[in-house]
Amino acid sequence: MSATHATAATNSAGNPSAGSAPSGNRASGRGDARPIAFVSAQALRERMHEAVNDPHLRKSFRGAMDFLMAKRAAQFPDESELDSLRTLSEGIRQYSLSKLPDLLEQLEANLTRNGVQVHWAADADEANAIMLGIARRHAAKTIVKGKSMVSEEIEFNHAMQAAGIDALESDMGEYIVQLAGEKPSHIIMPAIHKTREQIARLFAENVPGVAYTDNVDALIQIGRQVLREKFEQADIGLSGVNFAVAETGTLCLVENEGNGRMCTTVPRVHMAITGIEKIVEKLEHVAPLFSILTRSATGQAISTYFNMISGPRKPGEKDGPEEVHLILLDNGRSQAYADEQLRKTLQCIRCGACMNHCPVYTRIGGLAYGTTYPGPIGKIVSPHMMGLEQTHLLPTVSTLCGACGEVCPVRIPIPELLVRLRGEAQSKPHDNPVMVGQGAGYSPLVSFVWRTWARIYASPGNYRIFSWLASRFRALTPSRQSGWTAARTPLTPAPRRLRDMVRDRQ
Amino acid sequence: MSATRDRILARLRASRPAQPLALPVLDAHYTPRARNETVAERVARFRAGIESFHAEVHLASEGDWPALLAGLCANKGVQSLLYGADTPAGRRLDASAFAGTTLRPWAGEIEGLKADLFHRVDAGFTQTLGAIAETGTLIVWPSEAEPRTLSLVPPIHFALLDARAIHPTFFDAMRAGNWAAGLPTNALLISGPSKTADIQQTLAYGAHGPKELVVIMINTEGDVQ
Repeated sequence: MSATHATAATNSAGNPSAGSAPSGNRASGRGDARPIAFVSAQALRERMHEAVNDPHLRKSFRGAMDFLMAKRAAQFPDESELDSLRTLSEGIRQYSLSKLPDLLEQLEANLTRNGVQVHWAADADEANAIMLGIARRHAAKTIVKGKSMVSEEIEFNHAMQAAGIDALESDMGEYIVQLAGEKPSHIIMPAIHKTREQIARLFAENVPGVAYTDNVDALIQIGRQVLREKFEQADIGLSGVNFAVAETGTLCLVENEGNGRMCTTVPRVHMAITGIEKIVEKLEHVAPLFSILTRSATGQAISTYFNMISGPRKPGEKDGPEEVHLILLDNGRSQAYADEQLRKTLQCIRCGACMNHCPVYTRIGGLAYGTTYPGPIGKIVSPHMMGLEQTHLLPTVSTLCGACGEVCPVRIPIPELLVRLRGEAQSKPHDNPVMVGQGAGYSPLVSFVWRTWARIYASPGNYRIFSWLASRFRALTPSRQSGWTAARTPLTPAPRRLRDMVRDRQ
Repeated sequence: MSATRDRILARLRASRPAQPLALPVLDAHYTPRARNETVAERVARFRAGIESFHAEVHLASEGDWPALLAGLCANKGVQSLLYGADTPAGRRLDASAFAGTTLRPWAGEIEGLKADLFHRVDAGFTQTLGAIAETGTLIVWPSEAEPRTLSLVPPIHFALLDARAIHPTFFDAMRAGNWAAGLPTNALLISGPSKTADIQQTLAYGAHGPKELVVIMINTEGDVQ
């Protein structure tokens, strides 16, 4: 374990992407905001295989998920309170979605009245173009970012870097992940896959003037020092939104670190970006949603800060941004909205409890999925954002054990939606599909096998003939049975059917 | 971009339910769970909550809180305390003198004192609108007199709380104050000093905001020790 003092120069030399990075970034005195590697969902199987064979990764995730599950459970000692709160939260989300277009217009009108500029974006390119336009108008060199999964979804950092603007993550976990040139592996705890020692090395190698230490308090203080300077100097602050309140025109942000408040308070311009679904009508609707969010996510009774922003600095006020922008992003959400069952995907409040309780996520970690949103929620939301061509395997990365649905604070029937998406992905392509890429996973052979299976098992007569043939000709059973025999002995029918044995006894 | 706006809205309108669902009734959840607690019980619950988030709570009276604050500043080595001048609490501080601590009323816009705020001010002082017993949370509404960064940038945040303004839940606080009728530019709930558990789930305080949160609670009804 090297405890050497590394300079910025050795960092650049060791970083393959540094050559293409705009030089302005290196002057920022930290590791470059490296372009994020784009990963295709088709390489999913390979990545999963790698992940399950990585004992360190397995240990990191197992430990972290056990910790988060225990903390969540401790927040809900009263089953009936949890049950009532889930029902209320589900009701609020479904009510809000049932009025979504009206609420979006109401939100826009009230935000505009409050002095916030509202923009609409159909996809990632439009969203990035809007924000780049704002940044250019202010001749911005540095954008300091609060944690925002939507900004990850649109590859915001990459788009800004391509335009020569430094987009710097300020959430400690996101900062670590950005220094490492990686993507978040969890929507709430982005650096959950990294050990303390790995982070210590990362800081020593990438932050100028920092000696190796694996003391957590010391590491956090290093991050604090570096980022405070950025908050003070940045031209623009970017944030996500946890809840947008239509009746008051208010953007609510949930956080512990204070970086979200810094990003939305200190720079002259604040840009917020959110999916169109994160909206509630009444201010009081945020009270139960906020409570169930923090308790489900990290097992906290409440986060350190709940930041409610209703406008830019008013005349007479002494601080706060002079301009506030909100970007409302569709990016496939209206596709999910169009179908009554798939619409439930949009109830999500992004707590991450489904991934914390998922046996697959716990074993492969968040990066193996190759999508911005990993775990169960990622499997049901990514197909709308990216299309089924790229994501048709995702819904199959599940044991359908039901844990995700059981813990979901807004009762999204995730297993049901996974089965639905499998159907959309693997059914024969047809006209008027509900989803982009419908039928992308269609295989005539697999389809034929399952249709035949259904025909046999749905009819007692067919089943009787099939089982008679199977037991008589069992010697002909193939010894290699696709994925089954990769780790198991072949399945062979019994020499005598249960039906035959029962008849003998009678 | 208004074409995008119209397309998104049209798409949503084409597929939304014919009738919106019924408005959820929040009281059905909150009313049966209301506690009939005394002010003292509520104060104790607030205190236990916020102390569990690493905040300090000190009891004071209407008359002696500036003296208590002076003592706390001296103990913590606060050389420079920034506060909002034009408030009831600020006027009390205007009339006070702390040994060893420079009392500095906020003057001008942030652009003029950013460097001081980030590098030279040791502590910020604000009033609070109230608090929440259920979670141990302060309600802070920044204003022209008490800017947003007072409770954010300096390493220590002193907050003055009137125990009579502690509400049972966040929901109760919103309802009682009719927040929906009008919110300030920025409204905050604060539950302890800033913190993070982003490195191997190890909790560390003093992430990007204050490292310490100190609550001075005025309890006119007394007897909550």
